[in-house]
Amino acid sequence: MSGPLEFCGLRLEHPIVNGSGTFDAIAARRAFGADLDACVPFSAYVSKTITAAPRAGNPPPRLFEVPAGMINSIGLPNKGLDGYLDEDLPQLATLGVPLITNVMGSSAEEVGPLVRALDARAEVAAIELNVSCPNVATGLDIGADRGGLAAFVGALRGLTAKPLIVKLTPNAGDVPGIAGAAEAAGADAVSLINTLRAFAPHPAGTGGAWLGGGTGGLSGPAVRAVALAQVGAVARAVRIPIVGMGGVASGAHARDLLDAGATLIAVGTESFRDPLAGARIRHELAALSAKSALLRA
Amino acid sequence: MSLPVAGADRVTAPPGRRLLELSEHRVHGAYVVLAAPDPDGPRPQPGQFYMLAAAARWGGGADERPFLPRAFSVLRIGAGPALTLEFMLERVGPGTERLCELGAGDGLWVAGPFGQGFTAPADERRAVLCGGGVGTAPLAILQDALRELERPAPVVLGFRDAEHAAGAALLPGALVATNDGSAGHHGLVTELLADELDEDDHAVVYACGPPPMLEAVRAMCAARGVPAQLALESGMACGFGACYGCVVPVYGGGFLRVCVDGPVLAGDALETCLVAGHEAT
Repeated sequence: MSGPLEFCGLRLEHPIVNGSGTFDAIAARRAFGADLDACVPFSAYVSKTITAAPRAGNPPPRLFEVPAGMINSIGLPNKGLDGYLDEDLPQLATLGVPLITNVMGSSAEEVGPLVRALDARAEVAAIELNVSCPNVATGLDIGADRGGLAAFVGALRGLTAKPLIVKLTPNAGDVPGIAGAAEAAGADAVSLINTLRAFAPHPAGTGGAWLGGGTGGLSGPAVRAVALAQVGAVARAVRIPIVGMGGVASGAHARDLLDAGATLIAVGTESFRDPLAGARIRHELAALSAKSALLRA
Repeated sequence: MSLPVAGADRVTAPPGRRLLELSEHRVHGAYVVLAAPDPDGPRPQPGQFYMLAAAARWGGGADERPFLPRAFSVLRIGAGPALTLEFMLERVGPGTERLCELGAGDGLWVAGPFGQGFTAPADERRAVLCGGGVGTAPLAILQDALRELERPAPVVLGFRDAEHAAGAALLPGALVATNDGSAGHHGLVTELLADELDEDDHAVVYACGPPPMLEAVRAMCAARGVPAQLALESGMACGFGACYGCVVPVYGGGFLRVCVDGPVLAGDALETCLVAGHEAT
């Protein structure tokens, strides 16, 4: 379970990828230099969320540390579709691993042009839909509503032959039902969990919000048990593969999510603490796999 | 150690983090200096920083924190042929509390050096160094580099009181101001800086300190047409551009990441240094 595998028709060297928005490979090259290219810790690289128009992101403060984790309110800063295609994609294409581009918008009409444009680029191996965005019509997150999500995915499915991964939100009442709706609408895979909506009170005790964006998303070991429960429930509800994530900081955590039904494991917050955490987790997972194979024999 | 010219390549970090063994824990008044040999690391440039975490019991402090590593500019490179990194810390929150407990022989996770540091004065301008509190740290390695270039620079440092002003001993020859008047000039460090610039403002100001001090330095330099290289601090999760948590607003709109675009930024690039992106950590 730690070696080469197939995922949605992609041949991957191992099951460890990055969570969207948790590893900026272009910035990492600035920090670590070209030496980074020899040790990219992921078998596929997931981009941060790309939107149709550029976004500056939320005003600071954007981070708040909590027990066993952090709350972020980054606000999806990105160069927009054109900036991504012209400036970032050519650089990411030299990483040497398949690229999964994550996109978001508040309607299928808004996201459609992104999916079409990415479909036309050979460097893009798969597309991940971030559905943690309020629907312009209902105000609900697209991914929090079964019918809305089915219509959203169904409208985009016909625009690309590339694998479509739906990044589910955990901030929903019936995550397995929503995963089933995504599968029925043509999703090739689902990924979960995204961050849990969370609030950071101002440390000065003013009663107000610390984060510039108001609320944020909780990640890190604090959410690991939630991820295990949701991945397990979704695995029982769908047949398509699952990218499991949420607080993975060791090979044992990755194995637990694989046991719960995930096919790939995404590492996110742990990469902030340990830039090559993905490689460490992969090796720890391999050691655990070898040990369990030995025990079975 | 050299001070790069503007536009020169930054020193990049070995990929990942590495475990060092602390060789020394020194106390300078309210501050702790930790030293750790870094045999596999490159020599950092003045103004670059590292992400630090204790190898043991990181987490389990007040409010079950710390969780994330903490960013520290390098104070200076220790004497001797092998590379030894020194960091200056002040106990202000669960991360710094834990790091300040560490002593010789304890393990320290480090990643770095990260970021864009200080660059040499572009022309014949003299360097003037201005620091506040624990923001004194990157000015020490800068002072060493300027001395090697035979460009000695006046140093003005501000502290809240005499106990903190003991940190000024880390920069020989510094003029000191304290808020309470218990050591040196009774007042703000920016008053000492203004005196220096009144004397000769054909200068480049290098500054690091709390946001209100940096903002006062930025505004003073802008008003006098003096270039300023400001080393900023921000809460950050990663240090290498991944989290987008450490941004500061730039002049004309948008944000820069303190970790990869800074931490040293030109004063005239910034809209303000008064960013609320930092809590006591």
